[in-house]
Amino acid sequence: MSVLNTPNPDAEDRGVEPLNEKSLRAQDVQEQRLLLSLATPAVLAVIAIVVIPVGWLFYLSFTGSDGQLSLVNYQKMIEYKSYARTFVTTFEVSILTTLICIMIGYPLAYFLAMLPERLAGFFMLAVLLPFWTSLLVRTYAWLVLLQKNGILNDFAMSIGLWDSPLKLVHNLTGTLIGMAHIMLPFLVLPLYGSMRKIQRDLMHAAANLGASPVQAFWKIYFPMSLSGMVAGSLIVFVLCLGFYVTPAVLGGGRVVMVATQITAILENQFNWGAASALGVVLLVVTMIILTIATKVFKLDAVLFGKR
Amino acid sequence: MKTNTKGIKLGALIAASLFNVGQIQAADPITVVSWGGSYGKAQDAALFTDASRNSGIAINRESGASMSKTCLQVESGSVSWDLVITGSGGSASAAAKGCLEKIDYDVVDVSNFLPGMYTDYCVGTDVFATVMAWNTDKYGQPGSSTAPKTWADFWNVKKFPGTRAYRANNVDGALEPALMADGVPADKVYEVLSTKAGKQRAIDKIRELKPHIAVFWGSGAQQAQLMKDGEVDMITGWNGRFDNAKKDGAKVGYTFNQAMYDFDCMAMPKGAPNKVTAMKFLAEISKAEYQANLPFHITYGPTNKKAYEITTASKELIESLPSHPKNVPLMLPVSLDFYAQHRTEALEMYMELMSE
Repeated sequence: MSVLNTPNPDAEDRGVEPLNEKSLRAQDVQEQRLLLSLATPAVLAVIAIVVIPVGWLFYLSFTGSDGQLSLVNYQKMIEYKSYARTFVTTFEVSILTTLICIMIGYPLAYFLAMLPERLAGFFMLAVLLPFWTSLLVRTYAWLVLLQKNGILNDFAMSIGLWDSPLKLVHNLTGTLIGMAHIMLPFLVLPLYGSMRKIQRDLMHAAANLGASPVQAFWKIYFPMSLSGMVAGSLIVFVLCLGFYVTPAVLGGGRVVMVATQITAILENQFNWGAASALGVVLLVVTMIILTIATKVFKLDAVLFGKR
Repeated sequence: MKTNTKGIKLGALIAASLFNVGQIQAADPITVVSWGGSYGKAQDAALFTDASRNSGIAINRESGASMSKTCLQVESGSVSWDLVITGSGGSASAAAKGCLEKIDYDVVDVSNFLPGMYTDYCVGTDVFATVMAWNTDKYGQPGSSTAPKTWADFWNVKKFPGTRAYRANNVDGALEPALMADGVPADKVYEVLSTKAGKQRAIDKIRELKPHIAVFWGSGAQQAQLMKDGEVDMITGWNGRFDNAKKDGAKVGYTFNQAMYDFDCMAMPKGAPNKVTAMKFLAEISKAEYQANLPFHITYGPTNKKAYEITTASKELIESLPSHPKNVPLMLPVSLDFYAQHRTEALEMYMELMSE
């Protein structure tokens, strides 16, 4: 609010008459009020859907099975190594998926951004079509493709690419393939958007001034596409952290992520407290990582438009 | 005045009768929740559809039965389920948490039930076994000289080279085979498992096999799918699922030897919206006439003894049921007491192994 109410410093610099300045300020306040009132439903919704449940989650995580306040749920996470390992796996899978998405998604978005807009729209369909298909269907489709006697192994063995079936699924490999496929549009869409906004004349200008195409790309194009890439990567990374279906189906029980463990605790122990504690730790660790990443990579510039 | 009162009385009577009729017609259908895959279909075909028609009780069928969801409904005070299928162990845990209604045995007749197939909070619907199954192309038909026979064979990757599948993220029925493979006699298994060292012994034994476990399965439907696709060579799982997979063309066989004998049951969430009607429906599906049809759809044994007398199933089919007197002595009955007391610790230890 304090930011919103700061008087416009430009007014004084330009030496505007006090009367005018006053009415401008009044208009300003009025506009802020209007905007605030328009935002009220969204703010209330966020409080109702996010703040209250997360608060409840925090509270539950500090209750034992008898309903009394206790730290038992957090003590258990230290006592059994499985919890720490699950967190490591979760972050490992999320980071790897994000990296794979960047490696595949960046050239793809670049290609789309270079095409004339109509053609790009057509190719964009190829990115979006799977996006509109049920996640479960796509996950099982990968299972059919990748399993021991699956389509890929059968085909590769029939043409003699390899002799015995490769282990492509029911492990980390399969999980990453499936997750990268599902997450790709989340990276490509914001990245494509930011690339479309880059003036192509800038590249010509760089070339004109003697930059090689590689230099022009890294010095001009890449930094300008960074905001889209960071936004997309963050969406992918955060979505991966809570993923359940794909690792459960394609991981073959070997890729135990936090969501899997939460389910195991709920299904077998009906222990809301222990499950909530896992959720709280995931939330806190994620926030810490994002805060550090923002500081280290100076993400606030690209994310919030600060200079 | 007199005629008036009469008129009112008559009107009230008509209204009351109309209201009554209306109430019967508008009686909410009860919500019956089972599992997916061939199990739910078998229950529909044998129990639910016929029982609903004969008793006139309308039902809503839902899938995805789970005791944790039941408890969540009860604790949040918004119960929408009336009857929920569960494993015997799950019902014991849910009952201990106060999530279940007591069964009214004045309504549900269990006088002809097999011993131990009902509890205060759950009425048995079928007897199943957690067995060892394998790809018959790879290791031969059950009973043949090359086929695996014991849990020790399941662990013996030299004599039976190939991949294995084992239970994921759930400890029910996962520790017992490991101990039997390690040489513990069946009747001593739960005694050994009651100590932490005993549980560790089982976990260590599974760790030994872990490099050969290609997949950890999470559901009965997945057990069937893994065997149909030939994804693994040997697997643990529920006998009926394998028989149905075989009907679908899977090359799968299994043995009851050293299997774990258990039952599924119907429970009622505490505060179920249609308690009285649902209890009547539970009584209906517990009758022998419906249970007698179950083996045609899945090879799980009826819990009602009379069903074995009146069923038209062939001798061969009856002998293939886990509850057949020929098969029962081969198996280890699952101990509800063990799971009531040790499930939490056992699961934590199993999750340690899973996450390694």
